[in-house]
Amino acid sequence: MSDKKNWPLWEIFVRSKNGLEHRHCGSLHASDSEMALENARDVYTRRNEGVSIWVVESKNITASNPEHNGELFEPAQDKVYRHPTFYDLPDEVKHM
Amino acid sequence: MKNENLYNYILGIADNSLILGQRLGELCGHGPTLETDIACTNISLDLFGQVRSYFQYAAKIADDNRTEDDIAMLRKEREYKNVLLVEQPNTNFAYTIARQFLFDIYHLAFLSELEKSKDLTLSAIAKKCIKEVRYHERFSSDWIKRLGDGTEESKQKMQEAIDGLWTYTDELFHQTEADKIMVKQGTGVDVTKLKDAYYSSVSDVLKEANIQMPESKYFQKGGKDGIHTEHLGYLLSELQYMQRTYPNMEW
Repeated sequence: MSDKKNWPLWEIFVRSKNGLEHRHCGSLHASDSEMALENARDVYTRRNEGVSIWVVESKNITASNPEHNGELFEPAQDKVYRHPTFYDLPDEVKHM
Repeated sequence: MKNENLYNYILGIADNSLILGQRLGELCGHGPTLETDIACTNISLDLFGQVRSYFQYAAKIADDNRTEDDIAMLRKEREYKNVLLVEQPNTNFAYTIARQFLFDIYHLAFLSELEKSKDLTLSAIAKKCIKEVRYHERFSSDWIKRLGDGTEESKQKMQEAIDGLWTYTDELFHQTEADKIMVKQGTGVDVTKLKDAYYSSVSDVLKEANIQMPESKYFQKGGKDGIHTEHLGYLLSELQYMQRTYPNMEW
């Protein structure tokens, strides 16, 4: 524990069903990864939301800078042909 | 009542969960951190869920038009049969954890035996509860180790809490008349047989937590026979307030 007054922040990922991916569902404070797992269990999975939990300390995540959104994301906007929107998905295919 | 011993026996089990659940519920919005606050109230809700199963069964046994709520809410202090340990106040987080830990170790062992009861309802309730209690035990044991093996201050507070609550541990293994009859019938758990394993499990965790196991041999009992510490009256007045003030209210 580096700072005794403020526990570090952890990002929580929960897999809701086997076969699906883990999804980010929020963040919480904990002094270490074990405690983060237990806290995540209590905060995010007590209504039967999950079958697996990942925790990652937030400082280990490298995030893109919102100032760079222009060069990173905008060029994709006028290239509709990159989106698979021209065919109908069969109903059986879920979670696309 | 036809089966008064069974009725009293169920109450003896249920009241522990009811009173401890109420104590933990007091922490709602007052836990030391958001996460531990949610954890404590989660455990509280688990216990209240268990309590409902027991009191529904007790109401069926009593068969005198009382509902589960009547049994839970409308008894007098002397009619509650919980052990003294669970009614002790949330003095500080160390006390809350120590009380939980000292009860969880017992609760887990008790339910493992109750699963084998000849009474199929009690056995089914025990099977349902034990998963929850396994988590409670993991949660409280972890915190005993964190606080005991933490800072100078947390260690001192944890030691004080264990020392302060130790006097209530022996009562867990005390048998009432109803207990003895239920054991004989194969319905109840012989708690005297759980004692050695209990103290050895407690000792293992305390050792890992660098907490001294108290040596005091002075123990208090009485709760199982309805003789409580002064704390229970205050707890009950809060628990029963709504039903006493607005009789038969529902929402």
